[in-house]
Amino acid sequence: MPLLENGRLVPDDWTTLDADAPLPATGPVIVPLSRLEEGLARPHGEKLGVAIPQDAEIDTLRTALPRLSLVAVTFPIFRDGRAFSQARALREHLHFTGEIRATGKPLPDQYEFLLRCGVSTVDLPPGSEPEVWARAHTRFRTAYQPSVLGERAEGVTLRRLLG
Amino acid sequence: MPDTIQAPALPVGHYGYDQVDRAFLADRVEQFRDQVARRIAGTLSEDEFKPLRLMNGLYLQLHAYMLRIAIPYGVLDSRQMRELAHIARTYDRDYGHFTTRQNLQFNWIRLEDTPDILARLADVDMHAIQTSGNCIRNVTCDQFAGAAQDELVDPRVHAEILRQWSTLHPEFTFLPRKFKIAISGSPNDRVAARFHDIGLVAKPAPDGGTMFDVFVGGGMGRTPIVGVHLRDDLPEEDLLAYLEAMVRVYNEYGRRDNIYKARIKILVQALGTEGYRAKVDAEFAAMNRARYRLPPETVAAIRARFGTPDLHAPDDAAEQLARARRADPAFDRWVRTNTHPHRAPGHISAVISLKPAGGIPGDATSAQMDIIADLADRHAFGEIRVTHMQNLVLGHVRQDELHALWQALRAADLASANIGLIGDIIACPGLDYCSLANARSIPIAQKLSARFASPELQETIGPIEIKISGCINACGHHHAGHIGILGVDKKGEEFFQLTLGGSPGSDASVGQILGPALPEDATVDAIARLVDAYLVHRTGGERFLDTYRRLGAALFKDAVYATA
Repeated sequence: MPLLENGRLVPDDWTTLDADAPLPATGPVIVPLSRLEEGLARPHGEKLGVAIPQDAEIDTLRTALPRLSLVAVTFPIFRDGRAFSQARALREHLHFTGEIRATGKPLPDQYEFLLRCGVSTVDLPPGSEPEVWARAHTRFRTAYQPSVLGERAEGVTLRRLLG
Repeated sequence: MPDTIQAPALPVGHYGYDQVDRAFLADRVEQFRDQVARRIAGTLSEDEFKPLRLMNGLYLQLHAYMLRIAIPYGVLDSRQMRELAHIARTYDRDYGHFTTRQNLQFNWIRLEDTPDILARLADVDMHAIQTSGNCIRNVTCDQFAGAAQDELVDPRVHAEILRQWSTLHPEFTFLPRKFKIAISGSPNDRVAARFHDIGLVAKPAPDGGTMFDVFVGGGMGRTPIVGVHLRDDLPEEDLLAYLEAMVRVYNEYGRRDNIYKARIKILVQALGTEGYRAKVDAEFAAMNRARYRLPPETVAAIRARFGTPDLHAPDDAAEQLARARRADPAFDRWVRTNTHPHRAPGHISAVISLKPAGGIPGDATSAQMDIIADLADRHAFGEIRVTHMQNLVLGHVRQDELHALWQALRAADLASANIGLIGDIIACPGLDYCSLANARSIPIAQKLSARFASPELQETIGPIEIKISGCINACGHHHAGHIGILGVDKKGEEFFQLTLGGSPGSDASVGQILGPALPEDATVDAIARLVDAYLVHRTGGERFLDTYRRLGAALFKDAVYATA
């Protein structure tokens, strides 16, 4: 599916595995959380990502995280906002600097929220209009609270300058 | 800087927008215009559009769209009130409805008009952001904030900080369920802090700053619960960090499988106070505290955007008021019931009752809104407050001008002398408007206020709070009513269940069901008998609630049900 980064479509080098598919020995692969140990057993240097369900405790990734290049969080429905907290915890508690990918069914109207919680790419749901996502990316010039992006504060106010 | 350049006057009582705030609102209006266009074009499904419109205050009710406009911490200025009157005239049916969350609702709105209405609101620095949806809602506040004699800290600056912080919060806009915060700065709780998802009570800290009592997990609805006290020493600089931790734990662990079990109160009950506190403390310890620190400079900068009233009254203001009261018994009664002591000599806060006998609680016509705006300009620095009891307050009135204010209010049918009395009823919109309701709340409120219309009778009965909800979602706060009335459906007929002994204040309690539900007319009669029984059995200056607490339910049960 099309991948969005910074409001633009970008190529996706990753292969996402389901619970049963054979694990390739090389190449960037996203494994489900249930197969994380298997993924970690691949040769070091091969890029590994993990897809976590929305109810996973982020702290369970603590030991594996230095080996992970990507964590995929998911929105089974757009109204289930747990992945926002997961993304923020990855950045803020575990200081994860790799790619956080949003999957599932987020809405373009949530794009700024995703970015400000630390998500870096969005696996666009089927039927998405990339231009609507692009508009959402530049919609607001100001936010009213700090975020993990560490945007510049406007003076001593709570306001943060976006973009 | 040459002293000929003057900054535009800041509004008294609420935060004054600057160009950055206005640009943000303009962006928000364009975003909604885009969403409406996508909905009409069909690229956005109704399921997807619904939460987006809800977060712009737009509900689909029984007969039409309802637009709920935010009045942050219940304070608006005369310019904003006139714009609301204009919208009522132009886009609705010439009236608006003030709500228990200190907001204003229009009940007859067309979807196509809403982007234009939101643009008009933005022209006067207003919006409908997060007045609905599973997000942090409008923060409510003490209606006498900044004026009350008993206040320790004016909580409106912190209410504004919470408004800004929660506005389009990236992490907390798709919570398990709605989230309501109230803040008070007085030891006499007028915000029902213990019936909120989070209740905050500001107080002076030993170092001269501000700190907060924190309550969590209170609420009404199907599961009425008095909130638990989480801590009493939250420093101002940690206010946002600690709230981030509290709401994040809720976002992660709150139930999402059943909307009736999704509020934070259910989570707090499930984890226990200690369990919830441990999770919040762990989150608080793990987060980047420096990032979320609220420095005193930021508080000062936001405080500086508030206009302050210039409180000067003639030396004999109190004496002039006393003379006017002696000369006019009707005015005297209104002063007794509809005013609140002010911190500044020669001043007083006046409550404008939106509960005329036989009227719809909280409704105001556009003509009345215009009159109130004019009176606010003349007597109260243009500032108007909305109370969670669905009345309005002019906070800073000179005592020597109070009689003139009262005369003008009386001429506009706005001088009902019934604040805190039996006519001061809270009622949800009920089955007249709401698609969730089982019963009509408004007619029973109208019948009760008509029955007890006499100001003398109301004053004899004394303080009593009647609260009416048309269904178990409890928007009329019946659980917290001294007398609560709950509409239920019995085989297609509207019945009403009575609860007694609820209280929203510092002595918060949940009302207990008295007995079987009654038909509408029998309910009005039953309440008259309850009141008679109270008048017979009360001692001294006892309120209805105190008599109930002293004597229990039995005598009231007899009064209601033991009729031959």
